[in-house]
Amino acid sequence: MEKSDVKVKVLGSWSSPFVLRARIALNIKSVNYEFLQERLWEGKSELLLKSNPVHKKIPVLIHGEQPICESLIIVQYIDEAWSSGPSILPSDPYERATARFWAAYLDEKWFPSMRSVGIAQGDDAKKAAIAQVEEGLALLEEAFAKCSKGKAFFGGDQIGFLDISFGSFLGWLRVTEKMSETKLLSEAKTPALLSWAHKFCSHPAVKDVMPDTEKLAEFSKTILARFRGAAPPKS
Amino acid sequence: MDNESVITSILKPEHQIPIPKPLKMEEENKVTLHRTWYSPFAKRVELALKLKGIAFQYVEEDLQNKSPLLLNYNPVYKKVPVLVHNGKPLAESLCIIEYIDETWKNNSPPLLPEDPYKRAKVRFWTAFIHHQLHETSFAVMTTCGEAQEKAIKELSEKLQVLEEGMKEFFPDGSPKISNDSMGILEITICSLFGAFEIQEQVLGIKIIDPEKTPLIFSLLTAINQVPLVKESAPPFDKTVATLKAFRERNLSSIKS
Repeated sequence: MEKSDVKVKVLGSWSSPFVLRARIALNIKSVNYEFLQERLWEGKSELLLKSNPVHKKIPVLIHGEQPICESLIIVQYIDEAWSSGPSILPSDPYERATARFWAAYLDEKWFPSMRSVGIAQGDDAKKAAIAQVEEGLALLEEAFAKCSKGKAFFGGDQIGFLDISFGSFLGWLRVTEKMSETKLLSEAKTPALLSWAHKFCSHPAVKDVMPDTEKLAEFSKTILARFRGAAPPKS
Repeated sequence: MDNESVITSILKPEHQIPIPKPLKMEEENKVTLHRTWYSPFAKRVELALKLKGIAFQYVEEDLQNKSPLLLNYNPVYKKVPVLVHNGKPLAESLCIIEYIDETWKNNSPPLLPEDPYKRAKVRFWTAFIHHQLHETSFAVMTTCGEAQEKAIKELSEKLQVLEEGMKEFFPDGSPKISNDSMGILEITICSLFGAFEIQEQVLGIKIIDPEKTPLIFSLLTAINQVPLVKESAPPFDKTVATLKAFRERNLSSIKS
Protein backbone atom coordinates (compact mmCIF):
# COMPACT_ATOMS: atom_id res chain seq x y z
CA MET A 1 0.00 0.00 0.00
CA GLU A 2 1.36 3.42 -0.91
CA LYS A 3 2.02 5.76 1.97
CA SER A 4 -0.44 8.22 0.39
CA ASP A 5 -3.30 5.71 0.73
CA VAL A 6 -2.81 5.36 4.44
CA LYS A 7 -4.92 7.63 6.61
CA VAL A 8 -3.22 10.20 8.78
CA LYS A 9 -4.88 11.73 11.83
CA VAL A 10 -3.68 14.25 14.36
CA LEU A 11 -5.29 14.27 17.79
CA GLY A 12 -4.86 17.69 19.29
CA SER A 13 -6.07 21.12 20.09
CA TRP A 14 -5.86 24.41 18.19
CA SER A 15 -4.14 26.09 21.15
CA SER A 16 -1.33 23.61 21.85
CA PRO A 17 2.12 24.57 20.57
CA PHE A 18 3.10 20.91 20.66
CA VAL A 19 0.23 19.95 18.38
CA LEU A 20 1.19 22.82 16.08
CA ARG A 21 4.57 21.20 15.51
CA ALA A 22 2.98 18.07 14.09
CA ARG A 23 0.67 20.07 11.81
CA ILE A 24 3.46 22.26 10.45
CA ALA A 25 5.62 19.21 9.75
CA LEU A 26 2.77 17.50 7.86
CA ASN A 27 2.16 20.70 5.90
CA ILE A 28 5.83 20.86 4.89
CA LYS A 29 5.50 17.34 3.52
CA SER A 30 2.14 18.19 1.87
CA VAL A 31 0.49 15.32 3.72
CA ASN A 32 -3.29 15.41 4.01
CA TYR A 33 -4.53 14.61 7.47
CA GLU A 34 -7.66 14.67 9.56
CA PHE A 35 -7.46 16.96 12.56
CA LEU A 36 -9.39 15.63 15.55
CA GLN A 37 -9.89 18.42 18.07
CA GLU A 38 -9.93 17.22 21.66
CA ARG A 39 -12.66 18.82 23.73
CA LEU A 40 -10.41 20.02 26.50
CA TRP A 41 -12.90 20.60 29.29
CA GLU A 42 -14.97 17.51 28.62
CA GLY A 43 -12.40 14.89 29.51
CA LYS A 44 -10.04 13.06 27.21
CA SER A 45 -11.41 11.14 24.27
CA GLU A 46 -11.40 7.35 24.11
CA LEU A 47 -9.12 7.53 21.11
CA LEU A 48 -6.58 9.67 22.97
CA LEU A 49 -6.56 7.40 26.01
CA LYS A 50 -6.18 4.37 23.76
CA SER A 51 -3.44 5.81 21.55
CA ASN A 52 -1.40 7.44 24.31
CA PRO A 53 -2.06 5.35 27.41
CA VAL A 54 1.29 6.29 28.99
CA HIS A 55 0.99 10.08 29.01
CA LYS A 56 -2.63 10.64 27.89
CA LYS A 57 -1.46 13.82 26.17
CA ILE A 58 -1.77 15.54 22.83
CA PRO A 59 -0.47 15.55 20.17
CA VAL A 60 -0.82 12.02 18.89
CA LEU A 61 -0.17 11.26 15.25
CA ILE A 62 -2.02 8.22 14.00
CA HIS A 63 -0.58 6.87 10.77
CA GLY A 64 -2.80 4.06 9.58
CA GLU A 65 -3.24 2.15 12.81
CA GLN A 66 0.05 3.25 14.36
CA PRO A 67 0.07 5.95 17.05
CA ILE A 68 3.13 8.12 17.55
CA CYS A 69 3.41 10.34 20.65
CA GLU A 70 5.58 13.22 21.88
CA SER A 71 5.78 16.20 19.54
CA LEU A 72 9.51 16.15 18.77
CA ILE A 73 9.37 12.40 18.16
CA ILE A 74 6.37 12.95 15.89
CA VAL A 75 8.18 15.60 13.84
CA GLN A 76 11.17 13.32 13.36
CA TYR A 77 8.85 10.46 12.42
CA ILE A 78 7.15 12.65 9.81
CA ASP A 79 10.55 13.58 8.38
CA GLU A 80 11.60 9.93 8.16
CA ALA A 81 8.31 8.40 7.01
CA TRP A 82 7.78 10.93 4.22
CA SER A 83 11.41 11.00 3.17
CA SER A 84 10.72 12.16 -0.38
CA GLY A 85 9.34 15.53 0.72
CA PRO A 86 11.45 18.57 1.77
CA SER A 87 13.78 17.63 4.66
CA ILE A 88 12.94 18.83 8.13
CA LEU A 89 16.10 17.77 9.97
CA PRO A 90 19.37 19.09 8.50
CA SER A 91 21.42 16.55 6.57
CA ASP A 92 24.70 17.07 8.44
CA PRO A 93 24.94 15.02 11.68
CA TYR A 94 26.48 17.87 13.69
CA GLU A 95 23.77 20.28 12.59
CA ARG A 96 21.14 17.66 13.40
CA ALA A 97 22.57 17.21 16.89
CA THR A 98 22.65 20.99 17.36
CA ALA A 99 19.00 21.30 16.29
CA ARG A 100 17.99 18.50 18.65
CA PHE A 101 19.99 20.10 21.48
CA TRP A 102 18.14 23.41 21.14
CA ALA A 103 14.76 21.71 20.74
CA ALA A 104 15.36 19.85 24.02
CA TYR A 105 16.46 23.12 25.65
CA LEU A 106 13.25 24.80 24.51
CA ASP A 107 11.07 22.09 25.97
CA GLU A 108 12.99 21.47 29.18
CA LYS A 109 14.12 24.99 30.12
CA TRP A 110 12.78 27.79 28.00
CA PHE A 111 9.07 27.00 27.67
CA PRO A 112 8.70 26.25 31.41
CA SER A 113 10.33 29.63 32.12
CA MET A 114 7.82 31.34 29.83
CA ARG A 115 4.92 29.55 31.52
CA SER A 116 6.23 30.83 34.87
CA VAL A 117 5.68 34.40 33.71
CA GLY A 118 1.96 33.75 33.45
CA ILE A 119 1.77 32.06 36.82
CA ALA A 120 4.05 34.44 38.75
CA GLN A 121 2.30 36.41 41.49
CA GLY A 122 3.57 39.88 42.32
CA ASP A 123 5.89 42.28 40.51
CA ASP A 124 9.16 40.84 41.77
CA ALA A 125 8.27 37.30 40.80
CA LYS A 126 7.11 38.47 37.39
CA LYS A 127 10.30 40.45 36.80
CA ALA A 128 12.44 37.47 37.76
CA ALA A 129 10.47 35.17 35.49
CA ILE A 130 10.74 37.59 32.57
CA ALA A 131 14.48 37.93 33.11
CA GLN A 132 14.84 34.16 32.80
CA VAL A 133 12.89 34.09 29.55
CA GLU A 134 15.04 36.89 28.16
CA GLU A 135 18.22 35.07 29.12
CA GLY A 136 17.00 32.13 27.11
CA LEU A 137 16.12 34.32 24.17
CA ALA A 138 19.63 35.78 24.20
CA LEU A 139 21.02 32.26 23.88
CA LEU A 140 18.59 31.50 21.08
CA GLU A 141 19.52 34.72 19.25
CA GLU A 142 23.12 33.50 19.28
CA ALA A 143 22.08 30.02 18.21
CA PHE A 144 20.13 31.51 15.32
CA ALA A 145 23.26 33.25 13.99
CA LYS A 146 25.22 29.97 14.09
CA CYS A 147 22.48 27.76 12.65
CA SER A 148 21.08 30.06 9.97
CA LYS A 149 24.47 31.16 8.62
CA GLY A 150 22.93 34.35 7.31
CA LYS A 151 19.80 32.76 5.88
CA ALA A 152 16.16 33.35 6.85
CA PHE A 153 15.58 30.35 9.11
CA PHE A 154 17.38 28.14 11.62
CA GLY A 155 17.14 25.51 8.90
CA GLY A 156 18.62 27.81 6.25
CA ASP A 157 16.50 28.75 3.25
CA GLN A 158 13.63 26.56 4.40
CA ILE A 159 12.07 26.03 7.80
CA GLY A 160 13.44 23.02 9.61
CA PHE A 161 13.31 21.15 12.90
CA LEU A 162 14.44 23.97 15.14
CA ASP A 163 12.25 26.54 13.37
CA ILE A 164 9.25 24.29 14.03
CA SER A 165 10.28 23.50 17.62
CA PHE A 166 10.72 27.14 18.54
CA GLY A 167 8.24 28.76 16.18
CA SER A 168 5.39 26.71 17.60
CA PHE A 169 5.76 28.74 20.82
CA LEU A 170 5.39 32.14 19.12
CA GLY A 171 1.63 32.35 19.72
CA TRP A 172 2.13 31.85 23.45
CA LEU A 173 5.14 34.15 23.45
CA ARG A 174 2.95 36.92 22.04
CA VAL A 175 0.27 36.23 24.62
CA THR A 176 2.92 36.43 27.36
CA GLU A 177 4.13 39.76 25.95
CA LYS A 178 0.57 41.06 25.96
CA MET A 179 -0.27 39.91 29.48
CA SER A 180 3.00 41.07 31.01
CA GLU A 181 3.18 44.25 28.92
CA THR A 182 6.76 43.46 27.96
CA LYS A 183 8.40 43.02 24.60
CA LEU A 184 10.26 39.73 24.80
CA LEU A 185 11.42 39.81 21.19
CA SER A 186 12.71 43.25 20.30
CA GLU A 187 14.76 45.13 17.73
CA ALA A 188 17.14 46.13 20.50
CA LYS A 189 17.84 42.74 22.06
CA THR A 190 16.81 40.05 19.57
CA PRO A 191 16.72 41.63 16.11
CA ALA A 192 17.40 38.40 14.26
CA LEU A 193 14.73 36.44 16.13
CA LEU A 194 12.23 39.26 15.64
CA SER A 195 12.72 39.10 11.90
CA TRP A 196 12.72 35.31 11.93
CA ALA A 197 9.45 35.19 13.88
CA HIS A 198 7.72 37.30 11.29
CA LYS A 199 8.98 35.17 8.42
CA PHE A 200 8.12 31.94 10.23
CA CYS A 201 4.54 32.99 10.92
CA SER A 202 4.07 34.04 7.29
CA HIS A 203 5.37 30.76 5.92
CA PRO A 204 2.79 28.80 3.89
CA ALA A 205 3.17 25.73 6.09
CA VAL A 206 2.54 27.81 9.21
CA LYS A 207 0.16 30.68 8.57
CA ASP A 208 -3.08 28.72 8.42
CA VAL A 209 -2.42 26.71 11.56
CA MET A 210 -0.74 29.29 13.82
CA PRO A 211 -3.42 30.30 16.34
CA ASP A 212 -4.59 33.88 16.47
CA THR A 213 -2.97 35.76 19.37
CA GLU A 214 -6.21 37.39 20.55
CA LYS A 215 -8.00 34.06 20.62
CA LEU A 216 -5.10 32.51 22.53
CA ALA A 217 -5.07 35.40 25.02
CA GLU A 218 -8.77 34.86 25.76
CA PHE A 219 -8.16 31.16 26.10
CA SER A 220 -5.22 31.69 28.46
CA LYS A 221 -7.44 33.72 30.79
CA THR A 222 -9.77 30.75 30.99
CA ILE A 223 -6.92 28.37 31.79
CA LEU A 224 -5.45 30.73 34.38
CA ALA A 225 -8.79 31.07 36.11
CA ARG A 226 -9.14 27.32 36.29
CA PHE A 227 -5.51 26.95 37.41
CA ARG A 228 -5.97 29.39 40.24
CA GLY A 229 -9.35 27.98 41.16
CA ALA A 230 -8.50 24.32 41.09
CA ALA A 231 -5.72 21.84 40.42
CA PRO A 232 -4.44 22.41 36.87
CA PRO A 233 -5.64 19.85 34.32
CA LYS A 234 -2.68 17.72 33.23
CA SER A 235 -2.63 18.17 29.48
CA MET B 1 41.28 10.04 42.23
CA ASP B 2 40.55 7.08 40.00
CA ASN B 3 42.29 4.21 38.31
CA GLU B 4 41.08 4.66 34.78
CA SER B 5 43.50 5.77 32.11
CA VAL B 6 42.79 9.46 31.88
CA ILE B 7 44.33 11.68 29.31
CA THR B 8 45.46 14.68 31.28
CA SER B 9 46.77 16.69 28.40
CA ILE B 10 43.96 19.03 27.52
CA LEU B 11 43.18 20.39 24.10
CA LYS B 12 44.22 23.97 23.51
CA PRO B 13 41.43 26.20 24.89
CA GLU B 14 39.22 27.58 22.13
CA HIS B 15 36.44 30.11 21.92
CA GLN B 16 32.95 29.07 21.00
CA ILE B 17 33.07 27.56 17.57
CA PRO B 18 30.57 29.23 15.28
CA ILE B 19 32.48 28.55 12.06
CA PRO B 20 34.59 25.45 11.52
CA LYS B 21 38.24 26.42 11.52
CA PRO B 22 40.92 24.54 9.62
CA LEU B 23 41.83 21.69 11.97
CA LYS B 24 45.27 20.86 13.19
CA MET B 25 46.32 17.41 11.99
CA GLU B 26 46.00 15.94 15.45
CA GLU B 27 42.47 17.29 15.92
CA GLU B 28 41.01 15.68 12.81
CA ASN B 29 38.82 12.73 13.65
CA LYS B 30 39.83 13.04 17.31
CA VAL B 31 37.06 12.06 19.70
CA THR B 32 37.15 13.24 23.29
CA LEU B 33 34.60 12.57 26.00
CA HIS B 34 34.40 14.98 28.92
CA ARG B 35 32.83 13.06 31.76
CA THR B 36 32.87 11.98 35.36
CA TRP B 37 33.11 8.26 36.01
CA TYR B 38 29.95 8.20 38.11
CA SER B 39 27.70 10.23 35.76
CA PRO B 40 25.00 7.98 34.27
CA PHE B 41 24.61 10.39 31.35
CA ALA B 42 28.30 10.22 30.52
CA LYS B 43 28.13 6.43 30.85
CA ARG B 44 25.60 6.38 28.02
CA VAL B 45 27.99 8.11 25.65
CA GLU B 46 30.91 5.95 26.77
CA LEU B 47 28.91 2.80 26.01
CA ALA B 48 27.81 4.10 22.62
CA LEU B 49 31.41 4.88 21.62
CA LYS B 50 32.72 1.54 22.87
CA LEU B 51 29.94 -0.46 21.23
CA LYS B 52 30.71 1.16 17.91
CA GLY B 53 34.43 0.55 18.38
CA ILE B 54 35.27 4.24 18.18
CA ALA B 55 38.66 5.25 19.57
CA PHE B 56 38.35 8.11 22.02
CA GLN B 57 39.99 9.83 24.94
CA TYR B 58 38.50 10.66 28.30
CA VAL B 59 38.82 13.96 30.06
CA GLU B 60 37.78 13.36 33.64
CA GLU B 61 36.04 16.43 35.02
CA ASP B 62 35.82 17.48 38.64
CA LEU B 63 32.25 18.73 38.97
CA GLN B 64 33.19 20.82 42.00
CA ASN B 65 35.85 22.52 39.92
CA LYS B 66 34.81 22.43 36.28
CA SER B 67 37.47 22.99 33.67
CA PRO B 68 37.35 26.21 31.60
CA LEU B 69 37.20 23.93 28.60
CA LEU B 70 34.00 22.27 29.78
CA LEU B 71 32.40 25.64 30.55
CA ASN B 72 33.40 26.79 27.08
CA TYR B 73 32.09 23.66 25.37
CA ASN B 74 28.79 23.55 27.25
CA PRO B 75 27.96 27.11 28.27
CA VAL B 76 24.20 26.42 28.41
CA TYR B 77 24.24 23.64 31.00
CA LYS B 78 27.91 23.48 32.11
CA LYS B 79 27.51 19.72 32.50
CA VAL B 80 29.01 16.43 31.44
CA PRO B 81 28.97 14.64 29.13
CA VAL B 82 30.42 16.68 26.32
CA LEU B 83 31.66 14.93 23.22
CA VAL B 84 34.23 16.73 21.10
CA HIS B 85 34.68 15.47 17.56
CA ASN B 86 36.77 17.22 14.93
CA GLY B 87 37.13 20.06 17.41
CA LYS B 88 33.35 20.57 17.64
CA PRO B 89 31.56 20.09 20.97
CA LEU B 90 28.22 18.42 21.56
CA ALA B 91 26.16 18.22 24.74
CA GLU B 92 23.08 16.28 25.94
CA SER B 93 23.66 12.55 26.00
CA LEU B 94 20.74 11.45 23.84
CA CYS B 95 21.59 14.03 21.15
CA ILE B 96 25.18 12.82 21.30
CA ILE B 97 24.18 9.17 20.89
CA GLU B 98 22.11 9.89 17.79
CA TYR B 99 25.06 11.89 16.44
CA ILE B 100 27.35 8.92 17.03
CA ASP B 101 24.89 6.60 15.30
CA GLU B 102 24.60 8.88 12.26
CA THR B 103 28.28 9.77 11.97
CA TRP B 104 29.57 6.21 12.33
CA LYS B 105 26.63 4.63 10.59
CA ASN B 106 28.76 1.91 9.05
CA ASN B 107 29.91 0.72 12.48
CA SER B 108 27.61 -1.83 14.03
CA PRO B 109 25.53 -2.04 16.08
CA PRO B 110 22.94 0.43 14.84
CA LEU B 111 21.88 2.28 17.96
CA LEU B 112 18.42 2.96 16.56
CA PRO B 113 16.34 0.79 14.22
CA GLU B 114 15.92 1.69 10.54
CA ASP B 115 12.15 1.67 10.36
CA PRO B 116 10.63 5.09 11.20
CA TYR B 117 7.86 3.68 13.40
CA LYS B 118 10.26 1.48 15.35
CA ARG B 119 12.58 4.45 15.75
CA ALA B 120 9.71 6.49 17.13
CA LYS B 121 8.92 3.79 19.68
CA VAL B 122 12.56 3.46 20.77
CA ARG B 123 12.80 7.24 21.11
CA PHE B 124 9.55 7.30 23.08
CA TRP B 125 10.70 4.79 25.69
CA THR B 126 14.20 6.25 25.85
CA ALA B 127 12.62 9.63 26.55
CA PHE B 128 10.34 8.05 29.17
CA ILE B 129 13.31 6.60 31.04
CA HIS B 130 15.27 9.84 30.65
CA HIS B 131 12.55 12.24 31.77
CA GLN B 132 10.31 10.22 34.07
CA LEU B 133 12.50 7.62 35.69
CA HIS B 134 15.71 9.58 36.26
CA GLU B 135 14.02 12.32 38.23
CA THR B 136 12.05 9.96 40.43
CA SER B 137 15.04 7.70 40.95
CA PHE B 138 17.07 10.73 41.98
CA ALA B 139 14.38 11.61 44.51
CA VAL B 140 14.51 8.08 45.98
CA MET B 141 18.28 8.37 46.25
CA THR B 142 18.40 11.78 47.88
CA THR B 143 15.47 11.86 50.29
CA CYS B 144 14.29 10.04 53.40
CA GLY B 145 11.15 9.62 55.45
CA GLU B 146 7.84 10.58 53.92
CA ALA B 147 9.40 12.25 50.88
CA GLN B 148 11.31 9.09 50.07
CA GLU B 149 8.27 6.89 50.58
CA LYS B 150 6.36 9.01 48.11
CA ALA B 151 9.23 8.82 45.60
CA ILE B 152 9.50 5.05 46.01
CA LYS B 153 5.79 4.65 45.31
CA GLU B 154 6.05 6.87 42.23
CA LEU B 155 9.10 4.97 40.99
CA SER B 156 7.31 1.68 41.43
CA GLU B 157 4.32 2.92 39.42
CA LYS B 158 6.53 4.22 36.62
CA LEU B 159 8.50 0.99 36.53
CA GLN B 160 5.20 -0.85 36.00
CA VAL B 161 4.52 1.39 33.02
CA LEU B 162 7.99 0.66 31.65
CA GLU B 163 7.47 -3.07 32.24
CA GLU B 164 4.35 -2.96 30.05
CA GLY B 165 6.15 -0.94 27.42
CA MET B 166 9.06 -3.35 27.21
CA LYS B 167 6.79 -6.29 26.41
CA GLU B 168 6.51 -5.08 22.84
CA PHE B 169 10.30 -5.12 22.47
CA PHE B 170 10.85 -8.45 24.20
CA PRO B 171 7.65 -10.42 23.61
CA ASP B 172 8.99 -13.77 24.78
CA GLY B 173 9.92 -12.31 28.16
CA SER B 174 13.57 -13.30 28.09
CA PRO B 175 15.77 -10.68 26.45
CA LYS B 176 19.00 -11.91 24.90
CA ILE B 177 21.37 -9.00 24.64
CA SER B 178 24.82 -8.99 23.11
CA ASN B 179 27.30 -6.29 22.05
CA ASP B 180 25.52 -6.35 18.67
CA SER B 181 21.99 -5.89 19.95
CA MET B 182 22.60 -3.03 22.37
CA GLY B 183 20.91 0.15 21.23
CA ILE B 184 20.01 3.55 22.64
CA LEU B 185 17.18 2.07 24.72
CA GLU B 186 19.38 -0.60 26.33
CA ILE B 187 22.12 1.98 26.89
CA THR B 188 19.71 4.37 28.58
CA ILE B 189 18.13 1.84 30.90
CA CYS B 190 21.57 0.48 31.75
CA SER B 191 22.85 3.95 32.61
CA LEU B 192 20.09 4.42 35.17
CA PHE B 193 19.48 0.98 36.61
CA GLY B 194 22.50 -1.07 35.57
CA ALA B 195 23.85 -0.60 39.09
CA PHE B 196 20.50 -1.41 40.70
CA GLU B 197 22.07 -3.91 43.11
CA ILE B 198 24.40 -1.21 44.37
CA GLN B 199 21.50 1.21 44.73
CA GLU B 200 19.56 -1.44 46.65
CA GLN B 201 22.51 -2.07 48.93
CA VAL B 202 22.96 1.61 49.75
CA LEU B 203 19.26 2.31 50.25
CA GLY B 204 18.26 -0.98 51.89
CA ILE B 205 15.23 -1.30 49.62
CA LYS B 206 14.29 -3.25 46.52
CA ILE B 207 14.37 -1.13 43.40
CA ILE B 208 14.10 -3.71 40.61
CA ASP B 209 11.91 -6.46 42.01
CA PRO B 210 12.00 -9.64 39.87
CA GLU B 211 8.44 -10.41 40.97
CA LYS B 212 6.92 -7.01 40.23
CA THR B 213 8.92 -6.22 37.08
CA PRO B 214 10.31 -9.55 35.84
CA LEU B 215 10.99 -8.30 32.33
CA ILE B 216 12.97 -5.24 33.44
CA PHE B 217 14.87 -7.45 35.89
CA SER B 218 15.74 -9.95 33.13
CA LEU B 219 16.64 -7.16 30.73
CA LEU B 220 19.02 -5.51 33.20
CA THR B 221 20.57 -8.84 34.11
CA ALA B 222 21.13 -9.61 30.43
CA ILE B 223 22.56 -6.16 29.73
CA ASN B 224 24.94 -6.43 32.68
CA GLN B 225 26.34 -9.64 31.17
CA VAL B 226 27.22 -7.98 27.88
CA PRO B 227 31.05 -8.01 27.74
CA LEU B 228 31.48 -4.31 26.98
CA VAL B 229 29.03 -3.33 29.73
CA LYS B 230 30.76 -5.60 32.22
CA GLU B 231 34.21 -4.25 31.50
CA SER B 232 32.96 -0.63 31.61
CA ALA B 233 31.40 -1.02 35.04
CA PRO B 234 33.38 0.81 37.70
CA PRO B 235 34.49 -1.19 40.77
CA PHE B 236 31.62 -2.26 43.05
CA ASP B 237 33.06 -0.97 46.33
CA LYS B 238 34.08 2.34 44.88
CA THR B 239 30.57 2.88 43.48
CA VAL B 240 28.91 1.90 46.78
CA ALA B 241 31.13 4.35 48.67
CA THR B 242 30.49 7.17 46.20
CA LEU B 243 26.74 6.59 46.17
CA LYS B 244 26.62 6.52 49.97
CA ALA B 245 28.54 9.79 50.15
CA PHE B 246 26.28 11.31 47.48
CA ARG B 247 23.18 10.35 49.45
CA GLU B 248 24.63 11.67 52.72
CA ARG B 249 25.55 15.00 51.12
CA ASN B 250 22.03 15.44 49.77
CA LEU B 251 20.33 14.41 53.00
CA SER B 252 22.43 16.78 55.09
CA SER B 253 21.72 19.66 52.72
CA ILE B 254 18.00 19.03 53.20
CA LYS B 255 18.39 19.06 56.96
CA SER B 256 20.53 22.21 57.09
